[in-house]
Amino acid sequence: MLHLVTEISRLTFIVIFAVYTYDCFAALKRHTSEKREKRLYSQQTSMIYLFLINGNLLLFFNNSDTKIFAMGLAEIVFVTIAMIIYKKIYEMASPAVVNNMCMLLSIGFIMLTRLNQAKALRQLLFACIALIITCFVPLFLGNVKLIKSLKLFYIVAGILLLAVVAAVGATTYGAKINIQIGSIAIQPSEFVKILMVLFIACMLTNDISRKQVFKTVVLCCLMILILAYSKDLGNAMIFFLTLLVMIYAATQKPSYLLYGVLLFAAAAVLGYFAFSHVRTRVTAWKDPLSVVNSAGYQICQSLFAIGSGGWFGTGLYQGMPKRIPVVDTDFIFSAISEELGGLFALCLIFICIANFLMMFNIALKINNRFYKLIALGLGSLYASQVFTTLGGVTKFIPSTGVTLPLISYGGSSLMATMLLFAMVEGLYQYRGVKEETDETQNYEDTYRRQMENERSGQDGSWRR
Amino acid sequence: MEAGAGDNKNKRHTLNVETSVIAYVFLALFLALTAYFVYFMVFKSEDFINNPANPRVKGFEKLVTRGEIKAADGTILAQTVTSNGKEVRQYPKGREYAHVVGYNTNGMSGIESDASFYMLRTHSFLLNRVVNDLKGEKNPGDNVVTTIDSKLQSRAYYGMGQYHGAVVAIDCNTGGILSMVSKPDFEPGSVTANWKSLTTSQDSVLINRATQGLYPPGSTFKVITVLSYLKNGGKLTDTFDCRGSYTQDGYTIHCFDGEVHGHQTLSQAFANSCNVAFSQIGLSLPKGALKRTAEQFLINKSIPSKISNINKSRFTLKNSDPKALVMQTSIGQGNTLVTPLQMASICEAIANNGTLKAPFVVDHIENDSGRLVRKFDTQSQKLCSAKDASTLKNLMRYVVTNGTGRVVNTSSYTAYGKTGTAEFSSNKREAHSWFIGFAQKGRKKIAVAVIMEKGGAGSSHAAPLAKSLFDTYLR
Repeated sequence: MLHLVTEISRLTFIVIFAVYTYDCFAALKRHTSEKREKRLYSQQTSMIYLFLINGNLLLFFNNSDTKIFAMGLAEIVFVTIAMIIYKKIYEMASPAVVNNMCMLLSIGFIMLTRLNQAKALRQLLFACIALIITCFVPLFLGNVKLIKSLKLFYIVAGILLLAVVAAVGATTYGAKINIQIGSIAIQPSEFVKILMVLFIACMLTNDISRKQVFKTVVLCCLMILILAYSKDLGNAMIFFLTLLVMIYAATQKPSYLLYGVLLFAAAAVLGYFAFSHVRTRVTAWKDPLSVVNSAGYQICQSLFAIGSGGWFGTGLYQGMPKRIPVVDTDFIFSAISEELGGLFALCLIFICIANFLMMFNIALKINNRFYKLIALGLGSLYASQVFTTLGGVTKFIPSTGVTLPLISYGGSSLMATMLLFAMVEGLYQYRGVKEETDETQNYEDTYRRQMENERSGQDGSWRR
Repeated sequence: MEAGAGDNKNKRHTLNVETSVIAYVFLALFLALTAYFVYFMVFKSEDFINNPANPRVKGFEKLVTRGEIKAADGTILAQTVTSNGKEVRQYPKGREYAHVVGYNTNGMSGIESDASFYMLRTHSFLLNRVVNDLKGEKNPGDNVVTTIDSKLQSRAYYGMGQYHGAVVAIDCNTGGILSMVSKPDFEPGSVTANWKSLTTSQDSVLINRATQGLYPPGSTFKVITVLSYLKNGGKLTDTFDCRGSYTQDGYTIHCFDGEVHGHQTLSQAFANSCNVAFSQIGLSLPKGALKRTAEQFLINKSIPSKISNINKSRFTLKNSDPKALVMQTSIGQGNTLVTPLQMASICEAIANNGTLKAPFVVDHIENDSGRLVRKFDTQSQKLCSAKDASTLKNLMRYVVTNGTGRVVNTSSYTAYGKTGTAEFSSNKREAHSWFIGFAQKGRKKIAVAVIMEKGGAGSSHAAPLAKSLFDTYLR
């Protein structure tokens, strides 16, 4: 009987999430009437509740543990409060972003409860704390002067935090990622990412001279080198991509993209020949089955899970996701694909795509250059992180071990991502704000000066 | 137009072009990722699912009763029956199919291992499944239908008698394995009970000699030596003088049984399996030539087959090796080791004008009521040119009509072959008896490799068994 319920549930999960995903893209379309949009969003909300109810019922049937019942209720309450709060705080909040955040959190809750109940409970607590913290984001974002005055703090704190991890961090799976404080492990890189985005935005809003760009690149590359030294290659890649994107956007020079790609290629080749752990990962990526009991163990277990699950999944509790090392953090996507199905996993990829498209869309709508850069940076941060983790666990790119935002277990990751989402929502709210006159002046001045420089340079060469 | 210009300026100021570029680049990356994910699910996932390291396959046993394994004609080779509420795996044909079908316990082997995933999946009629689920009963797993010809298998198995060794027979038209026997054998249903004695036996009972047994090829290797010679300037009409033995650098090679073949052409030397002529040929070949030809026929390489646990055949001959080793290697002694499947595959390729149809044993999967669930793709690989294949065909035909393989000759079909007597120890009386070849009648084509350990001359033991296989299949 339980088996039949599971069998039916694996279809209902897919249907619920497919409807949700459809709504998401239908609302994203340009010429959707406001009325229809509203209907789509409220349908999305119902799907989130349905998913939570369906998931928790199934979890309850499998465990017959009343704690799960209580947790299910708590999750529903949390999602409700989150939606109300975000609507209250961000007067012009984009419901799409909030909905997606809640949906992804819900998937994370259900999957984590299935994998490790204690961790799921902690995840819920982290989410509550993050929800409270993110209430203050609009206050902070509204104060441009304050954000800008902290420029030095961002970079110094960023470099220091990463350096501390590199020096005294705990080694997990060959990489130093966490600092252990008492019983809590903090993953500073998750927060430093956001600091970097703020730093770059501060640096390049008013001044895009070559010298300023150079300073920015050097300081950020210092962080990336520290990450590489800690063998946290996934985050090094995310930092690098975000830096590249922001430099390109701020300077509007495509040539920087080209340099960046060349630099990346050179670093990759150098890393391959200089470090054995890089080679190991590439070997495991090229032919994991040939090293199934050593370097390829993790990725093979992940692909066994994804493959065995098939398009429709095995159903919750019917697979063996626990065979995958660190399944509740870096490899949670594989567990989802195994038990909830490849179709569900595809929808998940689409929702992540929708998320970063919405972030870039918000960036497009913002008039203020400083805010725009921040929105762009956050969007790139999110997109490159999701790409790194999903690409890694599916063997599209070598696996580097980063978390799947909002779904993977981990307080730091969860809080940082909710912060990121809240900031994007906040920026959306401030999209109409024009730059202060003096700033505009500054910017215009720089712009004019630069154009003049270029022109005189051309003249000079022409004269010669 | 003014408005347009203003827009442009505005765009430049607001970084919207850059934002769009970035969004599209990320979108492209994600679409590539999505496409790859779909590609993996459709084409690649099977390699991973079926891998023995995947712990999930066993887990399906809770929900599904393991399916049957059948011969091509439907004869049941393995089935699961429930007695006293306990599932028992039965092997009605027992020892006859022990290695090819394999066993389901102790780490599994054979088809039981390779097709385990399919037997634990169910494509039973949907309503059946719902009813079973409601009753809390297991669903019937899908059945595996093999390419094994039960008549041929029985003939090969009993034809081996008390000899250790192996038989492989392949349908040249498809690459499907018609028969695969390895001796000594074991009772597949009681592997667990006898595990200790099976694993400690001196005779390596559990090894499938057809795919894993590494034997010196003996004179059957001359198929490769002769082609290497012809590709390096030799001609079929070249002549050799055999006085029964040949000495170089103090090492002497004798022809089998002290025979003296006298003046003979290359074709005759091949048909007579003249060691003297082939030692001379080996010494005349350019360095590395023999190895190239051997590797062209997939020795030192993998045979493209979904059958797992196939040992690679081995060939080594270094430039610095002494003449004695060169001579030995050219007549199939030396350090060369081959599997029976390897030799049968070479014959299959020669019969198919140089193209090897990859050998396989699982033909298709069907559900419990016989509806096709899945048919497997066949692969093929070119091993030599059609011209080379035709030359070898003629040479192997001559062996049957005028040489050591005469015992196979008959008017009811056209047979081709090469005998071998492979020494494996200093005791020259104990030699393995080899026959490799193929036969054709109308559209039906079958390739075989037979090895009987310590059977003595290939012509006297292995060749008659090969003939009885040809007779059975081409009747």
